[in-house]
Amino acid sequence: MGRSATTKDAHALFHSLRSAYAATPNNLKIIDLYILFAVATAVIQVAYMAIVGSFPFNSFLSGVLSCVGTAVLAVSLRIQVNKDNKEFKDLPPERAFADFVLCNLVLHLVIINFLG
Amino acid sequence: MAAQETSQSATFRHAFGNVLSFTVLLLIGVMAFSIRLFSVIKYESVIHEFDPYFNYRVTQFLTKSGVYDFWNWFDDRTWYPLGRVIGGTVYPGLTLTAGTLWRILNSINIPLSVETVCVFTAPVFSAFASWATYLLTKEIKGAGAGLTAAALLAMVPSYISRSVAGSYDNEAVAIFALIFTFYLYIKTLNTGSLFYATLNAIAYFYMVCSWGGYTFIINLIPMHVLLCIVTGRYSPRLYIAYAPLVVLGTLLAALVPVVGFNAVMTSEHFASFLVFIIIHVVALVYYIKGILTPQMFKVAVTLVVSVGMVLCVAVLAVLIALVASSPTKGWSGRSLSLLDPTYASKYIPIIASVSEHQPPTWPSYFMDINVLAFLVPAGIIACFLPLSDASSFAVLYIVTSVYFSGVMVRLMLVLAPAACIMSGIALSEAFDVLTRSIKFHLVGTTQNPQDNARDATKVNQNDVKSEKSEDTVKERPSRKSKKKDKENIEKPSLVSRVEKRLLVLPLETSVMAVFLLVLLGAFYVVHCVWAAAEAYSAPSIVLTSRSHDGLHVFDDFREAYAWLSHNTEVDDKVSKSKRSDSFALKTPTDVSGISFIASTHYPLILFEVLNLAVLGLVQRNKLIGLLAAAILVQVASWWDYGYQTTAMANRTVIVDNNTWNNTHIATVGTAMSSPEKAAWDIFNSLDVKYVLVVFGGLVGYPSDDINKFLWMVRIGGGVFPHIKEPDYLRDGQYRIDSQATPTMLNSLMYKLSYFRFVETDGRGYDRVRNTEIGKKHFKLTHFEEVFTTHHWMVRIYKLKSPKNRIRGKTKRSKSKSGTSTSSKRSTRKKNPWQ
Repeated sequence: MGRSATTKDAHALFHSLRSAYAATPNNLKIIDLYILFAVATAVIQVAYMAIVGSFPFNSFLSGVLSCVGTAVLAVSLRIQVNKDNKEFKDLPPERAFADFVLCNLVLHLVIINFLG
Repeated sequence: MAAQETSQSATFRHAFGNVLSFTVLLLIGVMAFSIRLFSVIKYESVIHEFDPYFNYRVTQFLTKSGVYDFWNWFDDRTWYPLGRVIGGTVYPGLTLTAGTLWRILNSINIPLSVETVCVFTAPVFSAFASWATYLLTKEIKGAGAGLTAAALLAMVPSYISRSVAGSYDNEAVAIFALIFTFYLYIKTLNTGSLFYATLNAIAYFYMVCSWGGYTFIINLIPMHVLLCIVTGRYSPRLYIAYAPLVVLGTLLAALVPVVGFNAVMTSEHFASFLVFIIIHVVALVYYIKGILTPQMFKVAVTLVVSVGMVLCVAVLAVLIALVASSPTKGWSGRSLSLLDPTYASKYIPIIASVSEHQPPTWPSYFMDINVLAFLVPAGIIACFLPLSDASSFAVLYIVTSVYFSGVMVRLMLVLAPAACIMSGIALSEAFDVLTRSIKFHLVGTTQNPQDNARDATKVNQNDVKSEKSEDTVKERPSRKSKKKDKENIEKPSLVSRVEKRLLVLPLETSVMAVFLLVLLGAFYVVHCVWAAAEAYSAPSIVLTSRSHDGLHVFDDFREAYAWLSHNTEVDDKVSKSKRSDSFALKTPTDVSGISFIASTHYPLILFEVLNLAVLGLVQRNKLIGLLAAAILVQVASWWDYGYQTTAMANRTVIVDNNTWNNTHIATVGTAMSSPEKAAWDIFNSLDVKYVLVVFGGLVGYPSDDINKFLWMVRIGGGVFPHIKEPDYLRDGQYRIDSQATPTMLNSLMYKLSYFRFVETDGRGYDRVRNTEIGKKHFKLTHFEEVFTTHHWMVRIYKLKSPKNRIRGKTKRSKSKSGTSTSSKRSTRKKNPWQ
């Protein structure tokens, strides 16, 4: 009884999540896809490290942190661009994107320096 | 028309206010710079203390050889025979900053020497630090509080003590970097702009380059984020302020060679990663809450909690197992001693022996932050009214820094900016209320015509209460709660009534209060200037004392270093340092009198057995052991003087202030505690040629090696068990007179300090220990005295070379000559290097 109730709940939850997410605008969906890609790359790198070993540790660290870093920055961009956020309604999206690009530049400069 | 005029006058007032605050900030910067120049005026532009000499030497190397050679520098003139990888063990921020300044100034044809740049780096950066405090406090409370806090920080004695002109140490730049990083963090938190988040990460990188205290930032900011989340103040701005900082910050910290992979592997950074995960979970939860309906959200919560709990427990178990496998749970010794103050005294005597690492006494709080000590609680209250993210950060900062300053006296320095911010807020709020009531009484009710009607009815009510601002402010929340069920119409009148309540203090009270606050500020200024002039401006390489026949100057240290550099052989590879050329037989020209008892601020708790007079006379410098055993012309002394010897005398040393190799230091400590023969063996194995001891018995200089001797015994005994501390104590007391133990009287330190001492006054009266020495007439068999400075403060001995002819093995040589037969040597257990 409990089991079927929870599965039913799970299904209902899944459906409502799906429908709510379908309502988000396209630009946000693109950013979400980018975040997913970055996280997937990070997971692949960690798995590779688990198989092969972490010898040039700085390379491993910079690779993983670059993926995590771009994911975090993309999330920040999404927060700032999202029209539902009342706090950022007078921030032009171009400014948000320019900040995003600048931060990515700094991040990748550091990554390339640390890659070794 | 009227509106246009008022808006014009408003912009005029804004412009005037901006110009005024700019001028005030400029003046604050000038004041911060000038108050630190006392030692330059009194003595000369010389680098103080011990650590700054190492930084100065590194900066010289940087300016001569360039950045790449500096980054890869391996120093073979120190920690002989191990050497030291300078590039990987030094925090490069300070040296790179000074080197950059020097290069910029030289390129625009202002030819300042490296030494001048080094001496004046600290005052310049303290001016920057006060401007950064203005910016930070402006973000927390407003421009008025900012200016007050900046003025307070420019003068606070605790900060002056580590940033006088000549104190060329890491904290000079690090405090500026600390405040600036906090400012950018709060700015990002307030605005939610990714641009400031980037700048924040770069400022954090500068802080990591400059000082080991960067771990304070990387633990305080996650604590604050956690506090915001737990108190329900999570917002997207918090995410933008924190998450990019962690990723960029960790990467940038790993770039600095001294930190390297510690940025991801030591426990000091784990808090940031933990909170990083937590904030992502919280952000996800808020996002899902935003897109789901409430019932569905409840379903989601129950589902996720049951599944997630299991996962969480598993991950936590793995983490705990990893951390628990290391004996110190992944923390470094110094950080662990912050959390558990007794750790260092039990396990690491080197850390415990440094006088700066002892807990402070109560008077030192008043000495260091003076009036701010009781303005801070008022500031904390003012931060809660109203509570914002920024002000909760300020409260957290002050609380944690008060705790850490209670553990280690050196961390009073981190308390200083927090105390200044809090006091600035308190003073500014007080002045706000008082001047508003004065203005209200003097100018009357013409300011706000719409509140006039209410004013007339409420004034008689408010006149009854003539309480202080704090009571008024405390009343406000209770009043609000009582009137919670009134209608909405009452609310504006409530607010205006509350505002009017703040404004109205009686005129006489307000004027009196303003006058008293200004008087308080005057006392603070007087104390700060006194502290800067008298207590913290001693260069400690030159000592002076007043006596009835004028001023005596003790320049013995530089005399000894000059002798070393002129009379001993020079290694080919090393270039002559400028210092040793320029101060040969030079005495400071300024003769203003200052007692060389610089401050009673940092008592040497080590020697409990010695009398209070000695405790009172201790100088501010750390216990330094100059253990120098150099190869070619290696100089052995306790580690305190290592940096100065390499920088000024330009000779190789065995150990210096970096104290990274405990066994090496323990070897020298053992040598100093052993009888002459054993000590000769140890020093010979380290290729030492000269031994340097500091002796204060003739003039009464209390920071000499005999006073530090018990630490040598303890540190040596920590590694070589045949050195036992009770052997040197008579009935638990440390003595050097006739009642001293034979082990003490035979130790090398006693002999080198008191050799021929009886010739000075006939009875060998030691002015520091206030007693006659025990063994007065003795000869040295394995060492010969080569130099003693004018006031007997520094004594240099040379190791005698072994005799050419050894008597036959059957005859036991009774003359204790320097050579020992090989059979004797092989049975020697004391030589640790065989």
